Amino acid sequence: MNATPCIIKLSHISFAYPGSDVDVLNNLDLTLCQGEKIGLIAPNGSGKTTLFHTIMGLSQPRQGTIELLGKPMRTPKDFEAIRTQIGLLFQDADDQLFCPTVLDDVAFGPLNLGFSKEEAKNTALETIHELGLSGIRDSVTHRLSGGQKRLVALAAVLAMRPKALLLDEPTAGLDMDVKETLINILNSLDISMMIISHEFDFIHEVTHKIYSMENGKILTDEEVHVHQHEHVHRHGRHPHKH
Amino acid sequence: MLDESLAYKVSAVHRLEPRARIIASMFLSFGTALSHRFDILGLYFIVSAALVFTASLSWHEVWGRLKPLLWFVVMIWIFLPLSFEGEIIWQYGWVKVSFAGVRLCMEITLKSVTILLVFTALVATMTVATIGYGLHRLNFPEKLTFLLLMTYRYIYVIRDEYHRLLRAARFRGFVPKTNLHSYRTFAYLAGMLFVRASFRAQRVYRAMVCRGFRGRFRTLDVYRLNGIDYLFIILCTLCAGILLLFEYYRIFL
Ligand SMILES: Nc1ncnc2c1ncn2[C@@H]1O[C@H](COP(=O)(O)OP(=O)(O)O)[C@@H](O)[C@H]1O
Ligand SMILES: [Mg+2]
Repeated sequence: MNATPCIIKLSHISFAYPGSDVDVLNNLDLTLCQGEKIGLIAPNGSGKTTLFHTIMGLSQPRQGTIELLGKPMRTPKDFEAIRTQIGLLFQDADDQLFCPTVLDDVAFGPLNLGFSKEEAKNTALETIHELGLSGIRDSVTHRLSGGQKRLVALAAVLAMRPKALLLDEPTAGLDMDVKETLINILNSLDISMMIISHEFDFIHEVTHKIYSMENGKILTDEEVHVHQHEHVHRHGRHPHKH
Repeated sequence: MLDESLAYKVSAVHRLEPRARIIASMFLSFGTALSHRFDILGLYFIVSAALVFTASLSWHEVWGRLKPLLWFVVMIWIFLPLSFEGEIIWQYGWVKVSFAGVRLCMEITLKSVTILLVFTALVATMTVATIGYGLHRLNFPEKLTFLLLMTYRYIYVIRDEYHRLLRAARFRGFVPKTNLHSYRTFAYLAGMLFVRASFRAQRVYRAMVCRGFRGRFRTLDVYRLNGIDYLFIILCTLCAGILLLFEYYRIFL
């Protein structure tokens, strides 16, 4: 047993999309330990989403080992048992909200976990309330605004009471108000998380470590000297080495 | 696109449980379809009109739903009486109108209008989500129910994607005309839409799997059947059953 148990531990992971010989993930190592909150800032196309999907067992790596909650993940069955304990918020909320109403959607996870209908409903209502969404609980999901959809998708993930969160660009397309709400929610949660974002300010407020990705590998804190520039720079607003 | 405005009203019909409304509309429309006597069809028509009235729909809304059907009815009135054998009731040159043809036209018209009214009053007054829920609880095949719900959910997303693609094409100076270039562009758009839709489907499925989906849908019980729902089902079923007996045993009032 480790002193600080790791929730996610990837070693030497390589992944290429079928029909492509480019390794999107190339001999990548990553650990997310209990209580850690890590931000991941990297340019588009550097494989961040692919990394999250690999962690969840949605994409099978060509090589390397994945350990989730201390257990090695070898077969799809292993992932099935653990996946529900790690909440992945998808880049596009429309992918995640497929049930007719907000309440149905938030209850979908708990119902799959084997909760009774009564329990699932209560858990869903509780989560909806916590995220301040009680006013729209009976709304039809496809009619919600972008910000509401994002928060409902987060509620749907949180209703499963996950041990860790993986958030894929949670602030994309949100206005300041919703961003503020999101920051408050994330800071009130006492679970490990890893957050992909392009927004340095946001990442800075909700995480205490910032990683980056380059050539299919993770660059950790020590390697990344993250800063923002006032001057014009080839790498723009992305963190980078000097 | 899909108009659900009728579902957001308040009436006695809207308070009925989805299952009760689906079952009642099934019995009433089967009963109507199986009848041939005009007195019985007339009774069904009265029942359907009463349901529309109870659902507090305006004539304008009902007319909107009936319009597409009327084109079909007009076509039938043009072709059936001319092509039907039997006693001729009107003749002009080679144009012969048969009594049997006219009678069949009237029967089809009355039946289709009645069935449409029943569905407008009982089913169109539910959201697609509610219908899906009702079908699910009635043990309608799960795959079909969720096909309905998912189609409804994502048709908007796909429409938006289509508009985005079209806008992108327009921004680059694309003006639809009747030429090969336009057709090819639309073919590309359609192809792109298909590719995107299938990637979308993959992501949606992944999102479901991430939330513990293993092939079985579970839903919350949002609605409960109460006494009035049972009464409504029994009334509608009895009505259809009795009228069917009248028809079958040639009982006249
Ligand atoms: N389904 C896919 N099939 C093939 N290539 C893909 C697929 N999804 C992503 N890619 C490619 O993998 C690379 C990384 O993509 P992604 O993980 O989405 O990056 P990010 O999330 O960092 O923007 C990109 O070059 C992208 O084109
Ligand atoms: Mg991405």
